[in-house]
Amino acid sequence: MGLTITPAFLLAISAAVATGIMGAFAQMKKMTLAGDTMSHIALPGIGIAILWNIDPLIGAAVALAIGAIFIWKLEKATGLSTETMIGVIFASALALGTLVTPSEALIGALFGGTGAVSLMTLFTYVALSLLVIAYAWIERNRLILTLFNADLANVTGVNVSRVNFLFLLAFALTLVLGLRFLGAILVGALVIIPAAIGRQLTETLPSFLFISAGSSVLSVIFGYWISAVYGFQLGPTVVLAASAIFLVSLLKKRM
Amino acid sequence: MQKHFKKRSQLHSKASSDGSVASNEFVKHALFVRDLNVFFGDHHVLQDVSFTLKRGETFVIIGPNGSGKTVLLKSLLHLIPFSGSVTWSPDTRIGYVPQKIDADRHLPINLENLLGAKAAILGCSRKEIFSVSEDVGLDAETLKTPVGHLSGGNFQKALIAFALLGDPTVIIFDEPTASLDELAEEHVYDLMDVLRKKRGLTIVLVSHDLSLVPALANTVLCLNKVAICLGPPQEALTKEIFAKLYQGPHKFYSHSSSHRKILDQRHHDDHLE
Repeated sequence: MGLTITPAFLLAISAAVATGIMGAFAQMKKMTLAGDTMSHIALPGIGIAILWNIDPLIGAAVALAIGAIFIWKLEKATGLSTETMIGVIFASALALGTLVTPSEALIGALFGGTGAVSLMTLFTYVALSLLVIAYAWIERNRLILTLFNADLANVTGVNVSRVNFLFLLAFALTLVLGLRFLGAILVGALVIIPAAIGRQLTETLPSFLFISAGSSVLSVIFGYWISAVYGFQLGPTVVLAASAIFLVSLLKKRM
Repeated sequence: MQKHFKKRSQLHSKASSDGSVASNEFVKHALFVRDLNVFFGDHHVLQDVSFTLKRGETFVIIGPNGSGKTVLLKSLLHLIPFSGSVTWSPDTRIGYVPQKIDADRHLPINLENLLGAKAAILGCSRKEIFSVSEDVGLDAETLKTPVGHLSGGNFQKALIAFALLGDPTVIIFDEPTASLDELAEEHVYDLMDVLRKKRGLTIVLVSHDLSLVPALANTVLCLNKVAICLGPPQEALTKEIFAKLYQGPHKFYSHSSSHRKILDQRHHDDHLE
């Protein structure tokens, strides 16, 4: 009784590494909460994909990519913050998504689930997770300088606008990866909470990324295990596991 | 590395496209600025500023708050749109020290992470991180300190070390001593002078503090939206100039249009005197 290694579990683990790492950068960018709401932009894509009978993942990815481009363009044009732009687009997308998504599919889209996963799907998710991780590794120096001081980054030869755009795209992709088992409402938790745990425990970049990714994976393992033992719904259980680890990290910091 | 050079060559192509500076002019000069104008919306922030920067000199820009000093620096760095020309010598490598308060100190990175990020982007060796840190007087232990835990003085040194990475020919400092106590301030100026001699740097420095200017500057530019004085400090900083530079702005702090009219009128009068 307990944890069995299924493709669905491995998919969740690989997605958790990606959300942990991108969550760490989102936290440094001070856009974690905005990133959380950004996941809802996937909803209209999921709804339309179900209506047209195509893979909801593709619908979610397209909607998020369009959302990311919109946010980036509008941010540049209006001078408003990323956070504000995500807020505007999120509300519109949530309304549109609720209208177009069939109501029986809406709960799954919002809260995720444990449906069986084919090997092909697993490989796709693992490949996309690796893509996100590779992105973060390659871009980390440019991201750090841009976050520290955009002018300094610019003078150093970093194309700040390109850095911000790639970040939004990678972030959108990360949310897509988490959507399947966590759903649009809960995926943000695996972006926010592991990064918060990492920030509690460390002050250097490599360990921040490592702890953030690690606690994200731990949350998934505990979540799967508890959900298997007690028959709880998976998504909320994973999120609560993450919250529990966060509480423990608070104790650790006091000591 | 490649990226850095690409960016720099972009800067050059922009600079040379106006064709106004002959290449032999750069033997003694690092920079030519001609008729520089900057607008923020309807607000004319810099008006017709022109000057040249000699190689190896310390060029100090002074002026009251809101006089356009930082705007001028950002124009020199091509960070904001402007009209007129800013032409750097083709061999120029710029190190920039922004105002301390403009940097995000809450990142979970230590100083070595920060310097390492720039070194990686420019393709500098790790050794250079240690040599620039040593040059500004930061020890190995400080390199391991999170940027959020650095003292004000050490953070200032860290920003200077950051600027020195990549072996710049020109250092641009924005108010290096703002929010430092006086002792630390003198130390920063001494450090800059040592670095200038040791590395053969040309220094452009913005300051609102006048006390150390005469000893430090080869050339001083007094700025209050227009260039009010330009030259060696002994000649440029007369009592009249001083009064003109620092008397007005407090009265004109308000953004109401009637006040701006008075300001424009005063500038007009000043030019007629």
